[in-house]
Amino acid sequence: MIDVQNIRKRFGDQEILKGISTTFEQGKCNLIIGSSGAGKTVFLKCLVGLFEPEEGDILYDGRKLKSLNVREKKDLRKEMGMLFQGNALFDSLTVEENVRFPLDMFTKQTMEEKMERVNFCLDRVNLKNANKKYPGEISGGMMKRVGIARAIVMNPKYLFCDEPNSGLDPQTALLIDELIMELTQEFNMTTVINTHDMNSVMGIGDKVSFFHQGHIHWEGTKDDILTTKNQLLSDFIFASDFLKKLREAALNK
Amino acid sequence: MKFLQHFGKYILMLTAMFTRPEKFNMYMKETIRQTYQIGIGSFFIIAIVSTFIGAVTAVQFTKQLQDIGLIPMWWMGIIVRDTLILEMAPTLTALLLAGKVGSNIASELGSMRVSEQIDALEIMGVNTSAYLVGPKIIGGLLSIPFLIIIAVFLGILGGYIVGPLGNFYSVDEFVRGLQDGHTPYFVFIMMVKSVVFAFIITTVSAYQGFYVKGGALEIGAASTRAVVNSSIIVIIANFIIAFLFL
Repeated sequence: MIDVQNIRKRFGDQEILKGISTTFEQGKCNLIIGSSGAGKTVFLKCLVGLFEPEEGDILYDGRKLKSLNVREKKDLRKEMGMLFQGNALFDSLTVEENVRFPLDMFTKQTMEEKMERVNFCLDRVNLKNANKKYPGEISGGMMKRVGIARAIVMNPKYLFCDEPNSGLDPQTALLIDELIMELTQEFNMTTVINTHDMNSVMGIGDKVSFFHQGHIHWEGTKDDILTTKNQLLSDFIFASDFLKKLREAALNK
Repeated sequence: MKFLQHFGKYILMLTAMFTRPEKFNMYMKETIRQTYQIGIGSFFIIAIVSTFIGAVTAVQFTKQLQDIGLIPMWWMGIIVRDTLILEMAPTLTALLLAGKVGSNIASELGSMRVSEQIDALEIMGVNTSAYLVGPKIIGGLLSIPFLIIIAVFLGILGGYIVGPLGNFYSVDEFVRGLQDGHTPYFVFIMMVKSVVFAFIITTVSAYQGFYVKGGALEIGAASTRAVVNSSIIVIIANFIIAFLFL
């Protein structure tokens, strides 16, 4: 479980996060939504420790991120996996080497053991016959899968995904969503997903936090969204006529 | 004020490298890769340039000395040797490498920063300054002094070939000059310069790339800054070393 307590983050004069408090539960897909510039990415970067908030605390199963020493922080980071918006795969390494990298860096496993784990993770994300290819030689969807495989290779307790569906066609986006949800349940991870994709929200949002101007404006489940009376959220989620009609149809049922 | 800020960040980047490596093997592998990339990757251009620099030094000095007419031609061996050892080989090689290696380091690290690869390493718990910058510095410190030694030899070879070719002096005269009054202290100064220049080129360029913010335009700008800044600092360091040691 990740417990966020009143965090504030400022860049110069501009306050991006204005006192965010929330909880992300284990074994669930926790989605963060909001318009561009609402503070979602800054929040995610604060969560993983890339940015340090000026105020507030982030607790990972009771461990206060701010109070950890370098050694403890390194240990905590080994429990985190992250899927980046642009995948962040290492260009000079093959698919197999990319996924193996955390094992090479942090474990004393033999090559056979490492390869067994790498192949398990690549199988788990349904990626076949791409082990020896470089990131530049595979499609966007395949890159996402490699990114997920690398994120789960160390068996993390916490999985963070920054816009996992950006740049993907709807079908592939759906597959990636399903994969993240299955992995979250299978490995009982605390998953936090930053997304703009409303299909993801309605498909895998065990908990949805709606960010607006540096605050959490609304929190609930995907089912609550359909019946919400919150105008700001409603306008954001059901922006298109198509989605508005879908909502009306769902409510009439 | 801004200079102090940059200098502080530069020092922080360097001090952050001094931690225990997560896995020695991985750092070793990266260091070997960087040494190969900087050393072998730059050999061809250094070989061509230094050979011609030696030849041009010989031709131009011969012309000027012939005009004066008082100095024997076997001095050309001394002049080419000492000019190359003291100035031409270390400084010109360093300036060339500031362009080739410096821009390469800055753009490589800059692209990694912009494409979030450095963030990915940090989230994994890797000390990014140590893993990404450290091997580049060690690779530079290991290979650049060797490139400068090779540049001296090839420069002298250029002078050796061009004399008889242009009928300026004989091979015997040139060799006599090469063997006359050699000062090992000059070689020591050359080695000091080569190590200092290697450190400047790799660290200044790594700093420019490591802290890039933005996109492709900023990577280009950082790459240019890496070349310009390291060239200027090399030239200043060259003067300081000459001033202190000679």
